[in-house]
Amino acid sequence: MAAEAGAQGHSGAQAQSDTFPKLLVRNARLFANRPALRHKDLGIWQTWSWARLLDEVRAYAVGLNRLGVRRGDSIAIVGANRPKIYASVMAAQTLGAIPVPVYADAVANELAYVLAHAEVKFAAVQDQEQVDKLLSISEQVPNLKTIVYDEPKGLREYDRANLRYIDEVIADGRAAMAADPKIAQWLDGEIAAGKGSDTSIILYTSGTTGQSKGVVLSAKGCINAACDTVAFDKLTDKDEALAYLPIAWVGDHYLNYAQQLIAGFCTACCETSDTAMQDLREIGPTFYFAPPRTFEAMLTRVMIRMEDASFIKRKLFHHFIGVARRHGEKILNGESVPLSGRFAYALGKILVYGPLKNVLGLSRVRVAYTAGEAIGPDLFSFYRSLGMNLKQLYGQTEAFLYVTAQPDGQIYSDTVGPAVPNVDIRIAENGEVLFKSPGQFVGYFKDEAKTREAMTADGYVKTGDAGFFDQKTGHLKIIDRAKDVGKLTDGTLFPPKYIENKLKFFPNIREAVAYGDRHDFVAAMINIDLTAVGSWAERNNVVYGSYQELAAQPLVYDMIAKNVEETNRALAADQTTAGAQIKRFLILHKELDADDGELTRTQKVRRGFIAERYAPLISALYDGSSEAAISTEVTFEDGRKGTMSATLKIRNVATTPPTVEKAA
Amino acid sequence: MRAPAASEIAAGEVLLSVENVSLSFGGVHALRDVSFDIRKSEVRAIIGPNGAGKTSMLNVINGFYHPQHGKITFKGKTRDAMRPSEAARGGIARTFQNVALFKGMSALDNIMAGRTLKMKRGFLWQLLRYGPALHEEIENRQRVEEIIDFLEIQAIRKVQVARLPYGLQKRVELGRALAMEPDLLLLDEPMAGMNLEEKEDMSRFIIDVNDHFGTTIALIEHDMGVVMDLSDRVVVLDHGVKIADGTPDEVKKDQAVIDAYLGVAH
Repeated sequence: MAAEAGAQGHSGAQAQSDTFPKLLVRNARLFANRPALRHKDLGIWQTWSWARLLDEVRAYAVGLNRLGVRRGDSIAIVGANRPKIYASVMAAQTLGAIPVPVYADAVANELAYVLAHAEVKFAAVQDQEQVDKLLSISEQVPNLKTIVYDEPKGLREYDRANLRYIDEVIADGRAAMAADPKIAQWLDGEIAAGKGSDTSIILYTSGTTGQSKGVVLSAKGCINAACDTVAFDKLTDKDEALAYLPIAWVGDHYLNYAQQLIAGFCTACCETSDTAMQDLREIGPTFYFAPPRTFEAMLTRVMIRMEDASFIKRKLFHHFIGVARRHGEKILNGESVPLSGRFAYALGKILVYGPLKNVLGLSRVRVAYTAGEAIGPDLFSFYRSLGMNLKQLYGQTEAFLYVTAQPDGQIYSDTVGPAVPNVDIRIAENGEVLFKSPGQFVGYFKDEAKTREAMTADGYVKTGDAGFFDQKTGHLKIIDRAKDVGKLTDGTLFPPKYIENKLKFFPNIREAVAYGDRHDFVAAMINIDLTAVGSWAERNNVVYGSYQELAAQPLVYDMIAKNVEETNRALAADQTTAGAQIKRFLILHKELDADDGELTRTQKVRRGFIAERYAPLISALYDGSSEAAISTEVTFEDGRKGTMSATLKIRNVATTPPTVEKAA
Repeated sequence: MRAPAASEIAAGEVLLSVENVSLSFGGVHALRDVSFDIRKSEVRAIIGPNGAGKTSMLNVINGFYHPQHGKITFKGKTRDAMRPSEAARGGIARTFQNVALFKGMSALDNIMAGRTLKMKRGFLWQLLRYGPALHEEIENRQRVEEIIDFLEIQAIRKVQVARLPYGLQKRVELGRALAMEPDLLLLDEPMAGMNLEEKEDMSRFIIDVNDHFGTTIALIEHDMGVVMDLSDRVVVLDHGVKIADGTPDEVKKDQAVIDAYLGVAH
């Protein structure tokens, strides 16, 4: 019954509900007691039905209005994935106010910039930590009037003048509605007054390329884009997703908010960010998104645990993973597989794949996506061979996520799929990918110049990524940021990210930064993966006290050198990249960290910044010296600074002559 | 006959007083004629150089050591010796300088163990896990979950404590002490061996415990910065003798303290 209603709801959604609050009202009617949000409270999963969610959001909106929130005001949202944080977004939109989600782990300065730029008057935050952060920057954000918070712990002694507990705001709103029936009518009017052309949300980009920009998205655009992909993946109110990604990231707002409201599925909020993997197992979502690094961490954990398993279990695991590698993907793609292979795979499913997916919390996954970075072919096919429908998509904040996505049955590890329905893609002459989509942004907030810069004359959005359409599959392939693709002094093409990704596919390498533009050869700085290398060290009696010590171990250098050589062999196989092999590398003494500005909040390396910060290392990589001294400033989580110095060794590695092989 | 419950003592009134306590082991005088008091809802620090008698003092308070002289008044009831089990029942909980957890059990089970005194049903009932015993377990689990939430250790709920890093073990131990809902919480070097970040976390939890539950806290700590920030009043011991007592600012200025301790440490 509910499913039927849901199916009807989709087709009707585009027609009648052009804002998210209207969709919420529709869902409360259609799905009433079906789950909308789940959250683990005191160790027990609690469920909010659609009817309850609407009820809470309405009371919350009235309470916020009584605190002074008006149509057009902007409200900062800072916190983890929690029902009341999502409800804050909904309540703001209900009043026609504009939510501005901010990364919860942003340091005070970053927060101050975004809040001041967005001219926020109110803030809905999670806890004391965020309240403290906001209070510390209150001088830089003069418009900020009132802060509401979700967790009262530690906040009892604070000055209450501009501080409210969200539960009190909701209770206040509810009391007001009970006392005066006209308020409910007024609220209905406010919801009806919302238009599709209104600004629905402003999402600030993570700042991969300098200061973050506020991407303004309209309600109509968001809803149209999300409707298309809900239909593309056939999502319904029977689906369930786990919300654990930063709420300020477009992906979370898209997957766990826009798609949720359109399809009517249930979003489960992880208990804390540290428990995401346990929550995944307990919830068993049917629709799952994770960046490649999450899948990688999961696989690394499984492999490490299997190393420690008993002999029989280990043998069994490796045997059936081998079977899966041979037949699994073919079975998933519906290709022909010999009967014996099908039988072995079925046995493996009972003995290994099923239990393994269950432990990881992936048994119920119907559709899974990964995006943001290139995913290693081995990693990608590992999950697919287990029978999980893992696909890739390509998108960005300016598009409200999706530009391309792989349809079921057309899956390749090195493409990101064809354009999703209603999206038009064009490749510019310089190789840059351009698109036009229903969800594309209205503009950057208060930045006409940047908006114009990001658009072509005929209304296409420049992605800044270089890519091409694969001849064979017709899918889009992304190689790198358009402006990052460089040239060596001899004119050889140098795609840094392509090389870095090849390095990162090795489990021992967590992060890599390649240099070569306007240099004679390619050199790399490497971060080892502390989990994988640490576990290797433990098994090989290598003693270390810290990341720095482990990274400097000659044996670790030997191991990484082998990985680099293997990367060179892979690069040599392709004519265009054969000249861009890595000649020298070093292992960094510290992990690259977003707090130090070396990574963006979405964990992408900021190559230019790193080059400046580690300038002595770069010059040492190119002047032939065998070691280099470096001293850097590090920022602790509380904002204090310290320095870290080290002397790093530099290794030369063998390159492989270009091997342009003919197919045997 | 019954001693007044802690709730009957108003905040700021004396919860525990130690009068002229002397403790010696053979020829070693661990404590000599020490007197001080702990008022309800305050954070009281006991500091002093190594061997000053700080841990001995805590052991006297919770009945583990029996002083040769002096008396201890807790919640208005004076006694000169009591067993640790009586102290626990009376509402005194503590953590240890060297973490003393059940290493093979999960963090959750360790904290549940702190609820033992609150469970009234007998062994057989609990074995049956039925009716009132089940009801009681659910009720106590709820309290434990509140503590887990409070200390932000949800991610390690089911992890065996032996596998946890030291800083987290200390936090679990604090959780177990809190599970007793104590009137007086004794913390023996809660921040020993921690890094800066862990220390800051722990300081925040101690303040929160004091603020949120109104728990009276007596703590021993070596990190002077932490002591001065956290405590309302400080008592300083040196070679078993009390040499100063007062607010952190008063103590900081006291010449005897500077000579004995701060002058050397800072």
